[in-house]
Amino acid sequence: MTEYNFAYLDEQTKRMIRRAILKGLAIPGYQVPFASREMPMPYGWGTGGVQVSAAVLTPDDTLKVIDQGADDTTNAVSIRRFFQRTAGVAVTEKTTEASVIQTRHRIPEQALRADQIIVYQVPIPEPLRFLEPSEVETRKMHALEDYGLMHVKLYEDISQHGAIATAYAYPVKIEGRYVMDPSPIPKFDNPKLEMAAIQLFGAGREQRIYALPPYTKVVSLDFDDYPFQPSKADHCCAICGSTTSYLDELITDDAGGRMFICSDTDYCATRVEDAG
Amino acid sequence: MTPLLQVENLAKFYGARIGCTDVSFDLYPGEVMGIVGESGSGKSTLLNCLAGHLPPDRGAVRFDTRTDGLRDTVTMSEPERRMLGRTDWAFVHQHARDGLRMNVSAGGNVGERLMAVNARHYGDIRSSAIDWLGRVEITADRIDDRPTAFSGGMQQRLQIARNLVTGPRLVFMDEPTGGLDVSVQARLLDLLRGLVRDMGLSAIIVTHDLAVVRLLADRLMVMKDGHVVETGLTDQVLDDPQHGYTQLLVSSVLQV
Repeated sequence: MTEYNFAYLDEQTKRMIRRAILKGLAIPGYQVPFASREMPMPYGWGTGGVQVSAAVLTPDDTLKVIDQGADDTTNAVSIRRFFQRTAGVAVTEKTTEASVIQTRHRIPEQALRADQIIVYQVPIPEPLRFLEPSEVETRKMHALEDYGLMHVKLYEDISQHGAIATAYAYPVKIEGRYVMDPSPIPKFDNPKLEMAAIQLFGAGREQRIYALPPYTKVVSLDFDDYPFQPSKADHCCAICGSTTSYLDELITDDAGGRMFICSDTDYCATRVEDAG
Repeated sequence: MTPLLQVENLAKFYGARIGCTDVSFDLYPGEVMGIVGESGSGKSTLLNCLAGHLPPDRGAVRFDTRTDGLRDTVTMSEPERRMLGRTDWAFVHQHARDGLRMNVSAGGNVGERLMAVNARHYGDIRSSAIDWLGRVEITADRIDDRPTAFSGGMQQRLQIARNLVTGPRLVFMDEPTGGLDVSVQARLLDLLRGLVRDMGLSAIIVTHDLAVVRLLADRLMVMKDGHVVETGLTDQVLDDPQHGYTQLLVSSVLQV
C-alpha cells in the first residue's frame, strides 16, 4: 500500500471532486463541471464513477460494485479489485452490508438506507444532448428552464410507437427545477430515485458531476394522457421466483429457448438463501 | 391607442460598419409593415434586433406586453425575452430549415411551442397540430412525416403553422416567399393575408420583393445603407416615390 495514495487519486484532486459533489448536492440535478483526471481505464468504463467513489471512500468503508445489476461481470470485478488494491477497503457483494455502492445501469432492488452512498457511472450527463448538439445552447436552456424540447422527444415517441418508447435514461425533473439524465438505468428504476441514500453521478469523459440529496423530489416527465409507466418483462425470475424485480432475458439455446432472471444478482441469491 | 411596438433610435454597428441606425417607428395592433431595400441595406439586421436575436448598440424597442404594458425588450431579462419569443412573438425565417427541426415530425414541430408553454396533454397537442396543419393546407395524414419529406412551399407553410400555433400578436417575417416559385408564392401570400386578417396579427415583413409588400403591407419603410430613407403608406410610396433610391427601386421591377 505504499505505491498509491489512498484510493489512487491525490488529495488535492479528491478535494476538488468533493467540492464539486457538495455543489451538486446544494443544487440538486445541476451538472457541476470538474477537472476529470486520467484514470487507468478507458473512458466509458466508469472513469467518472471511479473518481467520485475515490473522493468519498474512507478506510472504514465497505464497497460494492455492480454492473447491470450483477456483482460478477468484468467491469464490476475490475473496479472492485482496483479499490481493494489502491484503498485497501473491505468489499462485499451484499447490498445491505455496503456503505458505498458504485453502479452502472441499475439501482439495487433492496431499498438503500440513509447511511449509504450510491455512485452512478454516467456516459452522457446532458439529457438534451441528442436534441440540441450545442453545449452552449443546452446550458442556456437549463439556466432558463427552457425544457419544451424534452417533451418534443416524448411526443415523437408516442406519435411513432403509440407509447413513450424511451426505456432507459428516462428524463426526470428534480424538485421542479432541473431536468436530469438519471444515467442509463431502466425506467423501472426511476421511482426508486427518491431514496434515503445520497446519490452521486459522475461522468468522466464529459467532466460533470451531479447529485441528489436524500428524498429529493424526482418526477419522471410524461403527458397527462400518457402517464409515466415503469416497465419490466412480464415474467417471474426463473431462479428465485421474484415477480417484482427487474429481469434480464437470457437466450439459452439456438431453438428459441429463453429464461428470465433477476438482473440484481445479490437480491436473487439472497432470496434463494432465505428460501433454502 | 397604445402602439404594439415602439422603436426609438435603434442602431446596430458591426465594428465601424453600420448595420442599421436611427430607426424609429410605431407599429399599431393589426398593422402590417413592410421593410424593403437591397441586400446589405440593414433590413435583416433591423429585424433581428427587433426580435431580440441581436443586441442593438443603441435605442429602445418597447413592446406592449399583456401584463405590464410597454416594456423595453432590449433591457428585459433573457428569460422574459425568450418567453415573449415563444408566446407573443413569432419569427418566420427565409429558409424553412432555419425555423424547423428537420429531424422531428411535422406534428412535433407544431407542438413544440405549445409544450414550451407547458401543454402536457398529448391528445390536445395533437389536435391543435392537426388543426393548424389544416389551416396552412397540409393534410392531416402528413402529421407524422418529417419536414425533410416536404416540398419547399410545404416546409414554409409548416414553419408558419409552427409559429402561429400559440396565437402570437406580432409576427416577424424575413423574406417569407424567398426561393419559392411564383405560383407557390402566390398561394403562400394568399394564406398569409388570410391569417393576418383573421387573427388580427401585426407583422413586420422584410423583403426585397415589392409585389409582396404591395399585397400584404399597410405601411412601408425603405432602407438603404443602414438608414431609413423613406416611409409612408405602401401605395403612396410605391406609386409616388420621393427619394431617389425608392424611385430606382420601383422602376427596377421587371414588367411582365
